[in-house]
Amino acid sequence: MTAQTAAAHAQGHAHGHDAHDAHEHHHYTTTGLDNRKVAVWTFIGSECMLFASLISTYLIYKGKSVIGPFPHTEWTDPAGKVYKAILDIPVTSASTFVLLMSSFAMVLALQAVQLKGKPLAPTAGWWERLQRSSQFWLLATALLGTVFLGFQSYEFTSFVHEGLTIKTNLFGSTFFTLTGFHGAHVTVGVLWLMSLLWIDRSRGLAGKNDELLVDICALYWHFVDVVWIAIFTLIYLIK
Amino acid sequence: MATIAAPTHAGTAAASENTGIWSWISTVDHKRIGTMYLWTALFFFLVGGLEATLIRTQLMRPNMGFVSAETYNQLFTMHGTTMVFLAVMPLSAAFFNYLIPLQIGARDVAFPRLNAFSYWVYLLGGIFITVPILFQIAPDGGWFGYAPLTTTQFSAGPNIDFWVIGLQILGVSSLAAAFNFITTIINMRAPGMTLMRLPMFTWMSFVVQFLLVLAFPPITVALVFLLFDRFFGTTFYAIAAGADPLLWQHLFWVFGHPEVYILILPAFGLVSEVLPTFSKKPLFGYNVMVYSGIMIGFLGFGVWAHHMFAVGMGAIADSIFSTMTMLIAIPTGVKIFNWIATMWAGEIRFTVPMKFAIALIAMFTIGGISGVMHSSAPADLQQTDTYFVVAHFHYVLFGGSIMGIFAGIYHYYPKMTGRFMHEGLGNVHFWLNLIGMNLTFFPMHFSGLLGMPRRVYQYDAGQGWDTFNLMSTYGTYLLVVATAVFAWNFIRSRSTGAVAGNDPWGAATLEWSIPSPPPEYNFAQIPEVTSRYPLWDLKDPAKTAGIEHSHADAMTITDAHAVPVHEETERHTARELGIPMPFPTAKPLFTAVGMVVMFSGLTFLRYDMFAVAMTVTIGGAAMLIGGLYAWLTAPLE
Amino acid sequence: MSHDSHAGAHAAHAEHHHPTGNQYAVIALILTVITVVEVWAYYIPALVASPMFNPALIVMSAAKFAIVVLFYMHLKFDSRLFRVIFTGSLIVAMCTIVALLFLFHKLSL
Repeated sequence: MTAQTAAAHAQGHAHGHDAHDAHEHHHYTTTGLDNRKVAVWTFIGSECMLFASLISTYLIYKGKSVIGPFPHTEWTDPAGKVYKAILDIPVTSASTFVLLMSSFAMVLALQAVQLKGKPLAPTAGWWERLQRSSQFWLLATALLGTVFLGFQSYEFTSFVHEGLTIKTNLFGSTFFTLTGFHGAHVTVGVLWLMSLLWIDRSRGLAGKNDELLVDICALYWHFVDVVWIAIFTLIYLIK
Repeated sequence: MATIAAPTHAGTAAASENTGIWSWISTVDHKRIGTMYLWTALFFFLVGGLEATLIRTQLMRPNMGFVSAETYNQLFTMHGTTMVFLAVMPLSAAFFNYLIPLQIGARDVAFPRLNAFSYWVYLLGGIFITVPILFQIAPDGGWFGYAPLTTTQFSAGPNIDFWVIGLQILGVSSLAAAFNFITTIINMRAPGMTLMRLPMFTWMSFVVQFLLVLAFPPITVALVFLLFDRFFGTTFYAIAAGADPLLWQHLFWVFGHPEVYILILPAFGLVSEVLPTFSKKPLFGYNVMVYSGIMIGFLGFGVWAHHMFAVGMGAIADSIFSTMTMLIAIPTGVKIFNWIATMWAGEIRFTVPMKFAIALIAMFTIGGISGVMHSSAPADLQQTDTYFVVAHFHYVLFGGSIMGIFAGIYHYYPKMTGRFMHEGLGNVHFWLNLIGMNLTFFPMHFSGLLGMPRRVYQYDAGQGWDTFNLMSTYGTYLLVVATAVFAWNFIRSRSTGAVAGNDPWGAATLEWSIPSPPPEYNFAQIPEVTSRYPLWDLKDPAKTAGIEHSHADAMTITDAHAVPVHEETERHTARELGIPMPFPTAKPLFTAVGMVVMFSGLTFLRYDMFAVAMTVTIGGAAMLIGGLYAWLTAPLE
Repeated sequence: MSHDSHAGAHAAHAEHHHPTGNQYAVIALILTVITVVEVWAYYIPALVASPMFNPALIVMSAAKFAIVVLFYMHLKFDSRLFRVIFTGSLIVAMCTIVALLFLFHKLSL
């Protein structure tokens, strides 16, 4: 094989990698799947083990705290002061619902980006039209995520007022660390969504590459949601 | 370390424009990153070896006063930590980086900049965790840092802080690299390179990446708990608050046992490349080798509590973990038999890499057998925390991992540098290494069975341990000589070694079809693979006549511009060939520095220097975020 | 570029089966209903006292988990590779949790 034909071949391969389309270049991959999506799924697999370790520790230490306050039962300290059961199921049920709905908004945001450029029937109603607005759904997801974080900071603050901090007992240490780790994941997700929204507002999200950007963010977001589904049942509801 | 990683392009005209220090700092080329991993890890290997030499000097005779008890604690802690996290894992990573793209017919890894980031985080984390020993404040809680021993109640000094934060940093490096290599192996294979045609080193590396991805989170969590306990007063390991002293042990070994396979499987992969090459035969039982590797990976997650038989988990738990441990010996034994069968009736050439590979089979088998002895809980109760265990894991780690890695270094040195390592010196190194290793570690079986506990810094005479300890120490000195010979050979051969061509050993896989050292773009034309041994198909078809061939999988790919497997002898620049290459960039380094600064700010927290801690941490976080932003918004190529 | 043609071939197959916006809404409704049932059960002392309370909650939670993963994360429609990576990791994670709970006597046979 001479250098000339080699160069010609390589040139053929390179075409499409032109600089004018820097963020649109796609690499040939063996499976046809995008590298970033494969990496994100692998990352999610790793996160399964992270939360498995955190949840295991919470469950292992459940009922092992030598002093209160406790999650589901009252506690009277030696001085006679009564601490009520800490967990606030109504508030957490509301925040759980909010996070579930954020997943719904997220999946519609992805759908909206995927439907960009596809014709909309003139008879389409408000629901069909709304489904086309990626900005609306991205904003909705980010807002619902923020509301969830608001619930969590309310919860944390009121727990501290009721006498439970991360130092108080094993329940406090495991509870704040587990839910705090989850909250940190939600925070990263909200920032990620905001940056997508910013891109959408500045140049519009459309095309295969942008669909992928939203897709991997959505995968992360839904995963954070399913972790909460597990936490809500295992930590809040089971006594 | 980058500065000592001098470029080694012997006789390359094209690469001359890219050899300054800046080209190494900003490189995103997997081969250069692999080279930097290799030099850095070898440096840390010397550091860990020096620590071992000091340990053995202290134990040479009864009641020596060579080092203090405090220093001794730091030495054995840092010896273990350095060898596991800073030497053997990164030596494997050097091969992952250098070889995986070449073996699968790719031009780089899936995320070249993330790859550079992994290296820089490793380098900085390694410095962070190693430097304290110069000031006698190094970690001193053992390489598995059992809590509550490592909580502030029992370890008040800053020593453990460096360990907790340092391991956290190194974990980021390993995880980032693992996501990268999994994606690379799944997605960057040349047309026709199906999973069941992957070279065995790539296969074993693939398994290892999944082990990393699943094993590092538990230790991350255990370390976060310890960090919170030490810095923020949480109660995870506070026995007075009701904590269970076994929590750390379980979380650590959920990581720690897969970690053992993380250390050994890449070496298994390397010898699986070396043995067929120097036996001139395809690897015996390729499929079974793959399945046994996967099996080891899965079972590796189900045996962790055999490190804890002595804590009293109860008969049921002991029995289950005993059984699982005996089970995992099966796929491992299968590999050993397959290697022997590979050599059987082959045209064996006893080159230095081949000798190291054969030594792995022999030495690892000894370590494996003492390992199966531990799987029996009653026997293990006698052996736990004695030198018998030390003998066991040095036979698998030194006799296994290090032998395999040396086999890999001698085998791939010609590919990486274009020159052979000196065969005579290599032989001297091999024999000194083999004898030194056995002289060091074999007597430990006896001193251990006679009851000598691990981690003691002095022992009284008259317990029957004296001669064995003296032998172990002399063996260590022999290993020092062996390593010096190796270091001399490794450094000198870059300029004086005999020039090697594309394929100096007559090997079968794609990395040998391109010039040595490979050009920046690796393959001018991506080859279309039709069997497991593409180069033997080309040069010696008789050898692979019995192996399945097909074009079927390659045909589904239409636009890869692949050509049949061929040898590439001409060397060009990517620019001449019009191959788009990633831009060099220092943003990964900048981001890595930000992350390490952010973590290191935490060390100030325990001195009530809250303002300093916050300033450093927030400054580092700002660097990290700024670096990430610049990185993600800059085009790759 | 030429990539689009073959990526399209891969992706088109998958996109065909994606649920529509209305189906996503139905899924959201199902998730909500299960959550309501879970919380409702929490407030019925007779149910909480039943030995089936914890298993039932775990089953409902697992159902929600599976629905989100299969439909919102498109695992049901997407490449088999992603299913293998995720379920493999999840199995190792689940086994680790269960094993740890046994080892700490939180579960017994």
